[in-house]
Amino acid sequence: MKKINETSRRDFIKLSAQATAFLAIGFSSKASNELVKLANKSALGIELNPYILINELGKVTLFNARPDMGQGTFQALPLLIAEELEVRLDQVDIQMSDGSGKFGSQLSGGSSSVKTRWIPMRTAGAAAKEMLVQTAAKRWNVSVSDCYAKEGAVYKKGSTVKLGYGELVEEASKLPVPTQPRLKAHSEFTQIGKSIPRPDVPSKVDGTAVFGMDVQVPGMLYASLVHSPTIYGKVKSFSAEKSMAVKGVRFVVKTERNFYHGPFPTEAFKAKAKTEAVAVVAESYWAALKGKKLVEVNWSTEGAETTSTDEFFLRANEAAKKEGAEYKDAKVGDVSKAFAISEKLIQAQYQSPFLAHAAMEPVNATVYVQDDSVEVWAPVQGPDALVEELATYLGIKKERVKINVTFLGGAFGRKAYYDFVLEAAHISKQVNAPVKLIWTREEDMQQGPYRPGMISAMKGGLDEKGNILGFEHKLVGASIMTSVFKFDMTGKSDPWAGEGINLEDSPYAFPSRRNSFEYVAPNLPMLWWRSVYASTNLFGHESFVDELAHAAKKDPLDVRMSLLEKSPRFIAVLEKLAQISNYRSKRAKGLGIGIAIARSFSSIAAHAFEVEKNGKGIRMKEVFSVIDCGTPVNPANIIAQVQSNIVYGLTATIKNEIRVVKGQVQNSNFNDYAVLRQGEIPKMTVHVMESTDVPGGVGEPGLPPVAPALCNAIFNLTGKRIRTLPFDLEQIG
Amino acid sequence: MAIYNLQVNTKKHRVDVDSDTPLLWVIRDEIGYKGTKFGCGMGLCGACTVLLNGQAIRSCSTPVSSLKAGDKVLTIEGLSADVTHPVQKAWIEAQVPQCGYCQSGQVLAAAALLATNSNPSDAEIDMAMAGNICRCGTYQKMREAVHSAAKNLQTKKS
Repeated sequence: MKKINETSRRDFIKLSAQATAFLAIGFSSKASNELVKLANKSALGIELNPYILINELGKVTLFNARPDMGQGTFQALPLLIAEELEVRLDQVDIQMSDGSGKFGSQLSGGSSSVKTRWIPMRTAGAAAKEMLVQTAAKRWNVSVSDCYAKEGAVYKKGSTVKLGYGELVEEASKLPVPTQPRLKAHSEFTQIGKSIPRPDVPSKVDGTAVFGMDVQVPGMLYASLVHSPTIYGKVKSFSAEKSMAVKGVRFVVKTERNFYHGPFPTEAFKAKAKTEAVAVVAESYWAALKGKKLVEVNWSTEGAETTSTDEFFLRANEAAKKEGAEYKDAKVGDVSKAFAISEKLIQAQYQSPFLAHAAMEPVNATVYVQDDSVEVWAPVQGPDALVEELATYLGIKKERVKINVTFLGGAFGRKAYYDFVLEAAHISKQVNAPVKLIWTREEDMQQGPYRPGMISAMKGGLDEKGNILGFEHKLVGASIMTSVFKFDMTGKSDPWAGEGINLEDSPYAFPSRRNSFEYVAPNLPMLWWRSVYASTNLFGHESFVDELAHAAKKDPLDVRMSLLEKSPRFIAVLEKLAQISNYRSKRAKGLGIGIAIARSFSSIAAHAFEVEKNGKGIRMKEVFSVIDCGTPVNPANIIAQVQSNIVYGLTATIKNEIRVVKGQVQNSNFNDYAVLRQGEIPKMTVHVMESTDVPGGVGEPGLPPVAPALCNAIFNLTGKRIRTLPFDLEQIG
Repeated sequence: MAIYNLQVNTKKHRVDVDSDTPLLWVIRDEIGYKGTKFGCGMGLCGACTVLLNGQAIRSCSTPVSSLKAGDKVLTIEGLSADVTHPVQKAWIEAQVPQCGYCQSGQVLAAAALLATNSNPSDAEIDMAMAGNICRCGTYQKMREAVHSAAKNLQTKKS
């Protein structure tokens, strides 16, 4: 347990893969040099390292080891290699990694892809380039300093003599891999930092991009599932007769759903985290869907009747009265002493709902289990973790697991949980054929896992001048770590739950400060959801900073600026935000403005919402945003991701929540789990800060400040403080 | 099961399916055009949008038996031979797609709009495309791209 406490969630997931990762990249390893010397010659060319293959015609193939769910890794990671390898991105083919160990951690999660691969990917490119340059220099019998590489060829300085990479690669592949190749300085970048078009875009406007949903393999059957109406039910008995009568239905079999993540070996553990379902397997998906409606299942749903989200929040409100387990990473001074001497004490409770991910592509997987092997074609966020999970689940060797990663039609965390792949494997094994399992939208919304429902119980103390003396943030609610890894968080400070509000992420210079966590069991499966706990924590955190500012009769921006005085990157972001939003100018009557700032996943993002009255409600007029994500790798994509986070975050703020009554999820489809549509968004203006710092995350950091910035704007306009999400924008004025 | 003769993207296709089979699954699994996507199965999200005689419809809730003789279905694969339809060009220029899953439907909805309204206002775009959900939130870029496609179409005409 201690180890986990000291490690971030994604690091924890990566731990097992990490040892092999460094070997595979191989720049300091003799063993990997030996491997490289074998000159792995495949149809794609000769391997210079796991990420770079070049054929004799000079065609370069780069491997992207972070699945693309829309966030842009398909371009960003190959771009890092291409920059140092001296090839243009439009000269290369890009392939997805297959989950094998040589690629190290392949998880798209925690906005970590560019951040963690910034040096390794550039090193891979630079080392390969040095090998190619050395080979050319040797052939010309000149020093390497008399050669340079450009756009896929090595040139002899001062002449037009050149050798294409294709002419050099075989010999180059036999050289030792440079252990410390020289990496370019920022001033030398020709591709990083430019808004280069994404190579996947054309295939996404002509229908040719292959998503999991589009996979077709010979002999494939289609499966639909009858999941338990209460998520955790077990099948007492079922009748397949009517279903089997549907033309095209081939099998109706009992199957299972596993609620765990990672290679957990014990049977006892697996049994605890298992529930049951009935699968209808047919020659077409339509037949499988028709068959599904006709299966009669007698469910055992004991214990589910008391599960309700309303009841959960009642318990959470009770639990919010407790002290909670304290976080060390957010501890400053003694808040109780500060509160005791405060002139004014303010308390407020904020509530964030359970939410479904609702990616456009419902979860699906095509899986073929044979004797001692399995092949998967699926939209998954982390093929390496899936290799481990499937090997454990099926009791086969990791080398016999092959994952073909497709494009992901959105994921937002959902597709880094592989229950659906294991389901497809279980069905394939029974029917002895490749099976494409597709969940319906209703299952996507009703079966979880969900973003945790959370309460932020806030307390602040002010002196007579309105200075903040103490700031307390009690987190009360569900634990992803408990749900996914079965670690009991009762009485503990969940190490993942404090993100976005620890001292590093929230460096407000409060003289005293305390964060704590109090676990409340949701009796529903929980999962990471875009920006994870930062998505819920910052709502209370940044709204309450506003509340304290108003209580002190100070401007919310001024209060933030003064509390963040010693955090120059935060100050720069706030100053830029004030400038682009004209925060300091007097607003026209009937207009309100509110801001929020948050650091999550190593990047700082801030929004300013401008709102106006609209009948009984509020209209969002415009949102201004600033992000400091370190070195911007592709500014256009960063802007797109911030816009994406605004829209996703707003849906979580002003649309529906997942509600459960007697164990049954009340939402079913986009009619009762509405999401933002065209025409419902504010105008968005995004500024990306220039920087030469190590890149931070981009896919999530724009989300956490959305809800508090909007609610702060509504307070500014109406004096009404919103403390429970979601709310109806049309009725809130 | 019954035999249906469908015209999809200029070609005639003969399929043998149940009469209640949604056009979506006929297009995807019988004919093999995978660009048309399954999103909700209830006509709520627009991922399955195709053009029926030029009009944007939801193929997931259109039974194959409801098509009439002579009906013409256009899927994303039939919009242009080489990604050169003005909407596709504008989409690439503006780098609209993120995950891309909804974009076949979005592009077709925009193409249908521009076919009847060569210079739509923001409000008209919002109305025409409100049936197509994008969870990546590419709405603002789509609106910009529709305007730019409209502009290109007009320049072409004049």
